[in-house]
Amino acid sequence: MDLKKMATVLRIDALNMIYCAGSGHPGGSLSAADIVTTLYFDEMNIDAGNPQNPDRDFFVLSKGHSCPIVYAALANKDFFSKDWYKRLRHINGELQGHPDRKKTPGIEFNSGSLSQGFSFAIGKALALKRKEKKNRVYVLTGCGELDEGQIWEGALFASHNKLDNLVAIVDYNRLQSDACNDDILCLEPLDRKWEAFGWYVIQIDGHDFDQIKKAFDQARLNQNKPTIIIARTIKGKGVSFMENAPKWHGSLAPTPDELKTAIAEINATVSVQK
Amino acid sequence: MEKESLRTAFGKSLVRLAQKYDNFVVFDADVAGGTCTHLFRNAFPDRFYQFGIAEQNMMSAAAGFSTEGIIPFVTCYAVFASMRAIEQARNSIAYPDYNVKIVASHVGIDVGPDGVSHQAIEDLAIYRSIPNFTVISPADDMEVYQATESMINTYGPIYMRTGRSEVPKVNLPEYKFKIGKGTVLREGADITIVATGIMVHRALEAAQQLSLKNIDAAVLNISTIKPIDKELLNTYSKKTGKMVTCEDHNIHGGLFSAVLEAISSNPVPVFPIAIKDVFAESGDSFELAKKYNIDSKDIYQLCIEVKKNETFR
Repeated sequence: MDLKKMATVLRIDALNMIYCAGSGHPGGSLSAADIVTTLYFDEMNIDAGNPQNPDRDFFVLSKGHSCPIVYAALANKDFFSKDWYKRLRHINGELQGHPDRKKTPGIEFNSGSLSQGFSFAIGKALALKRKEKKNRVYVLTGCGELDEGQIWEGALFASHNKLDNLVAIVDYNRLQSDACNDDILCLEPLDRKWEAFGWYVIQIDGHDFDQIKKAFDQARLNQNKPTIIIARTIKGKGVSFMENAPKWHGSLAPTPDELKTAIAEINATVSVQK
Repeated sequence: MEKESLRTAFGKSLVRLAQKYDNFVVFDADVAGGTCTHLFRNAFPDRFYQFGIAEQNMMSAAAGFSTEGIIPFVTCYAVFASMRAIEQARNSIAYPDYNVKIVASHVGIDVGPDGVSHQAIEDLAIYRSIPNFTVISPADDMEVYQATESMINTYGPIYMRTGRSEVPKVNLPEYKFKIGKGTVLREGADITIVATGIMVHRALEAAQQLSLKNIDAAVLNISTIKPIDKELLNTYSKKTGKMVTCEDHNIHGGLFSAVLEAISSNPVPVFPIAIKDVFAESGDSFELAKKYNIDSKDIYQLCIEVKKNETFR
């Protein structure tokens, strides 16, 4: 599986569906693309043919607003038809503005209210431990999301309860809704905070597939403590005019021209490889 | 007369039911002694999870936990269940429709000496207003047990309040609790007293006193606040032409409001016994009930007044 190529498909699909919706969260969808691609197409045991498989791995998108990239992953894994894209955020649509587990196959939790997906994942991991099951739980948070107190309640709980079947990933693009983390609530030193809370901390470039894969491999070996992968990313990654630009957090859809430019730029990243 | 607090009844019920059902666990936020889940913790320590003083994480984690087919009973004080962690109850549990049960003690001014910060007088209003939540308010120990068992056997988000002070049995021995069904504890033709929770026994005491004044009061135990027993309420509103509602809860949004909603297409006058939109204070539970006018004597006096002013008809 050419993960880099698949990531471009996901990025373009995400932008297309946001364009059709007329609103959405492009910046955070693009920064998470490479992590989400690796999770769905390499790391996790997930199969569209058996979406309720009790032995599947679970992914929770706690930063629920970035759902376009996850919808793209699910569609490309045949959980549903790409025909659904054009109804994102539209009335009677199957793809809601924030994930809805009843309307969209493959979605595990109705995230959107930040930090709740994180706790949900913790509860899931706890139940799996109780049942001595081997499947794993992955949860992706944003960085602004780490402002929420509930995150730290969960951080205490997960390490206290030795949830080593839980892997959290922070999409650390350093921007939130209004401005960058440093101007709102400074998160640094983020790695030392999580270490202090009793987690294994792995720091990576969130756009380097080798580093992403290695981090997941390492997480599987870590015992007695949950793992957090702090993935340094670029908000809007892949589209020059979106990169590191706060205004592309949401709810902003590209114009037809912007969309055309964006798709061309994303495609160029793989054709250059050739 | 034998009395037991609803919270003690809940703790004991969990222990009894754990022997019959192995598909539930209990979550606590470091208040097991107050909610009486310590009884369960002592008996079934491996089915008890401690979340610490961190109710929001506990609430959303319960949602995740429940997806593995084990029912979590989320327990804490009502102020925290209905306010601090209500958004989690709504977004993590109600909206995705997970099988989580929330049971809260420390309800009403009945909480007593701890004071206002711990006296939940808004919880029925709040939980009632969230789609997918069933809201239960049992009146005695037997009803607590049966309601807890119903919760285990009924899918979906359910909120139940217990209580602190000891209350006598009010339901008959052959009583069978059913979600959505109110009970006629006393027949009457002159006025209907509609009560919930610890107010039910106060309503019965008032009805007894009223009978000495030849006022024949029906008493209804409304132990499911949502979905409320519309049929029963309309039957008795028609039959008696006037109602008095009784709750240890704020006047806005609780039983009074729910009853008015239920009979709104065929309205009759309804008068509330409730906390009159004020914060109370620390004090002995019974003294507070007197001072804030939710005692059996207050129910009695309101009924007398309502009967006296019957010319409003």
